[in-house]
This record gives sequence, C-alpha cells and structure tokens, in this order.
Amino acid sequence: MAVATAPRSLPTPAVTCDGVTVRFVTDRRTVTAIESVSFAMEPGGFLSLLGPSGCGKSTLLRVIADLVPPTSGQVSVLGTSPEQARRNRAIGFVFQDAALLAWRTAIQNVELPLEVGGRRALPAGAPTPRELLKLVGLEGWENSYPHELSGGMRQRVSLARALLGAPTILLMDEPFGALDEFTRDRLNEELRRIWKETGTTILFVTHSVYEAAFLGEQVMVLAANPGRVREIVPVELPANRGLAIRESEPFNRLVTHLRGLLGPV
Amino acid sequence: MTTTALENSAESGTAAAEARFAAAKKRAALRRRVLPVVGLVAMIALWAAVVHGFGVRPFVAPSPFVVVQTLVAKFAMLMDNLKWTALEAVLGFLLGNFVAIVAATLFVHFKSLEETFFPIVVLINTIPVVAKAPILVLLLGNGIEPKIAVAALICFFPTLVNMVRGLEAVSPQQLELMRVLSASKREVFLKLRLYNALPYLFSALKISASTATIGAIVGEWVSTTVGIGALIVQAMYAFDSALLYATVLVGSGFAFCFFLLITAIERMVVRWQAPTVT
Repeated sequence: MAVATAPRSLPTPAVTCDGVTVRFVTDRRTVTAIESVSFAMEPGGFLSLLGPSGCGKSTLLRVIADLVPPTSGQVSVLGTSPEQARRNRAIGFVFQDAALLAWRTAIQNVELPLEVGGRRALPAGAPTPRELLKLVGLEGWENSYPHELSGGMRQRVSLARALLGAPTILLMDEPFGALDEFTRDRLNEELRRIWKETGTTILFVTHSVYEAAFLGEQVMVLAANPGRVREIVPVELPANRGLAIRESEPFNRLVTHLRGLLGPV
Repeated sequence: MTTTALENSAESGTAAAEARFAAAKKRAALRRRVLPVVGLVAMIALWAAVVHGFGVRPFVAPSPFVVVQTLVAKFAMLMDNLKWTALEAVLGFLLGNFVAIVAATLFVHFKSLEETFFPIVVLINTIPVVAKAPILVLLLGNGIEPKIAVAALICFFPTLVNMVRGLEAVSPQQLELMRVLSASKREVFLKLRLYNALPYLFSALKISASTATIGAIVGEWVSTTVGIGALIVQAMYAFDSALLYATVLVGSGFAFCFFLLITAIERMVVRWQAPTVT
C-alpha cells in the first residue's frame, strides 16, 4: 500500500516522451513506426502498452532503453537522457525470448550484469543474484543450464537478471507472449507481487487485452500505422488483485472499453 | 477392498510398463554397440571370400589375413613412419586452426578486412590439395615444412568459415541485452561471441582432425622418403599390396583417433548444449 502512494511525492517523472517519432528507412520505403508520441509516467507506476502488431509498442520501449534513437522528439528517463540512464544502469530490460546465454547456469546468467559494462559491484542493499532467483521462485535451480529449464523458468531467470542492481525502471517487451496460458497467468500474478515488493517502475508491452488490464495501473492503448497514442486508460482495480478479479464486473467493463479503443481489427 | 485391488493392479501395470521400457532401452543400447561390429565383420568376411573365392592375386589385392600379418610383422617400421605423419598432421592442425581463428576474429571486428580478403581465401580453397602440395614443396623445400603447410591449409578454410559464422550468429536480442548493460565491444566478444562460436568451432575442428592427416599424407606423396604417404607410394610401386593396405589402415587409424580426441575435448568444453549436435 505504501508503495502505491509514496513514490507519488517524488518530483521527477520516471519517463517522459514529448512528440517522439521514429522512422525506419529501408530499401523499399520509409516506415513510420511511431508518430509524435507524448506521455509522462510517474515513478513506481505500472504502465501496460497495449496495441495491435505494428503499432510500434516495442519500438517505443527501445527508444526509452536507448536501443533505438528517436528520429525526432524528446525522451527523458529519470530526468536524464536515455543514454545516461542506460549507463547508470537505471533500466532493466526483459526480452520477448529470454535471451539467456546457453553456456551459463541460471545464477551465472543473473550475474552477467556485474561482469560487463565495466565491472561493477552490486549497490548497497540491492538483492543478490541468489535472492533474486528466490524472488522469482527459482530457489534450487541456480546451477541449471537454460536448456534444462522450461520456457517459463527461463523467462523468470531473465526477469531476475533484469532486476539485478535494483534498476528504477523495468522495461518488458511481451515477456510472456510465448508461454502457455497457465504459466502466463501465474507469472502475471507474481509480477504484480514483485512490482509491489520492489517498487520498480514497470512498462509492460503486450498484445493481450487481459494481460494489460490485469497488470497495469494504467493502460496506454496504441493505434497502428503509424503507431500513436490513442488513450491512456486508468485501471481502477484494487492494488491487491488476484487472478479472480478477471471474473469481476469492473474488470470486464475495462476490457470492453480497451477492446473498443483497439477498434475493429 | 476394491480400491486397494485396483491400486495394486495399477501399480503392477506401472511396474510392468517400466520393466518393458527398461528392456526396450537395453535392447536399443545393445543394438547400437553390436550392429557396427556385425557390419565390420561382415565386410571383412566378404573381402576374404572374394579374394580367396576368385583367387585374386596378391599384387592386385591381399587377403585380410595377410594384411594383419604384415601389420604385426612390420609394426615398428609402420610406427616409425606414422611418427612423422602424425607430427606433421598435428602441427598443421594447430597452425591452420590457430591462423583461422585469428583471421575470423579480425574479420568479425573489421568488416572491410573480410570483404577484401575473403574472395582470395575462397580462391585458394578451390585449388585441389594435390595441386597445392607441389607448389608448397617448391616454396618450402623437401623437409617437414611443406607437409605441415599442406595440412594447415586444409584445416584453415572450414575453421575460418565456421568460426566467422559462429561469431556472427548471436541473436539480436542478446546483442540488445549487451547494449542495455553498456557492454564494450571487447566484452561482447569475450562474453558472447566467443562462447557462441565454440560449438561451430568444434564441428570444424572435428573435420580438420581427419583432413589434416590427409594433408600430411598428400604432402609426403610429392616428396620425402619417410611418412605414411611415402610408404604408400613405395608399396604401390613395389606391388606390395599387403603393406599398402596395412599402411592405409595405420594412417586412417591415426586420423580416427585424432578425431576421437577432438570429440572428447569438445565434450569437456561445450557442456551446455543438449547432446543432439553432431
């Protein structure tokens, strides 16, 4: 509960985008991935980015992570440039496929951020790799190689790795998209728990209406061709929600509203 | 009562299924061991039957028994010659693969180097070994050097190609991860590309182990009086088919052991992959 209110008093927003446009030039044509996207996100929030494929939601995430340069517009992360935020290790990123290194055990994968980008020590008070694996429910699997883990477990390792060093912002690019429904549901519940325990600001890209509504405190709905913000919808559901909330009336109203915004596909 | 009876039958059913599975697994394991031996024995038997049955004369083809006799009688002499071939093959293997790994590393770091020199590498690779050997003998003389050079040249190409492929075949998301972590180019190479290339490298090294031996033998054909290659030529001119076959056996036996050694090293180094890769 404290997590939900306390960060609101912090002065700088976690992420602001002001008229951000990204165009990709290819042989055949120039594609506008996102067109003048503007929004601000407060620290400690949980924002779902929802939209059809081709709406540029992954591109937007990559602009914030300094993986893709914006063609025009201003991006600010924790009051600095995305590049500075990246160098400060303020950002953790969870990829669609877990992007684990096959030759490293689970714990060695989680430790990778300590070995690259100039050897760095864990900030004081930040959870250790072992503690993070426990946090994501992989106690006892520390010495297993990725090929010995299921898809869901690999994605948990990837989440633990992104959380190492206690980043202020966690960017997640359809991390559960390739998992079966049961695993996905369980991970959704656990992600809400981890968000509340760590107080990390989360931006979560998904094309599942249910996932967006269940996870987010806000849902940003994007339209495609070119990608642009259609509406930012506040999620008025209790902070302590379990999967059962998906049967409730307010949840269904929210889902219907989000569907309406996505329009006929 | 009925439930326990049911449970019992279910349990015995499970036990029976497990026993069947274990038996099937045992049979499969036995088959994997026995069938290659059966094939080998059958081939030798066919060979002996043809030689004896059709009365093939000894200078055309020897019977397997004579080959074994020669192998035993001339073992010391054969090993003396193998010593040279083995030395040339191993040194050529080390040299060729080392240069290939260095070249692949440079190619991946400096694309323009790859674009400049790769066509030349391909060109050299199109020259058959038997044509490369005389050129190298003229260049390097009659000693051990040209044989090492032929063996090295043979190893070079597959390792270069595989190593470049392995270093470059990292997933885009892994590269993005490294950028999110602000990794330097050097760290990306040491922590990501190098490990990623190891399975590719070993599949090239396994090919190299046998081709390096071939290279050394071809080098010996062209000039020299010692080594497996020289012995093959001598045996051929003397119509000593038994010695010829025995020499060939020793040469391929060595290549096979070399291959097994590399496979064993691969198993120790590349531990992370599921054992389906050949």
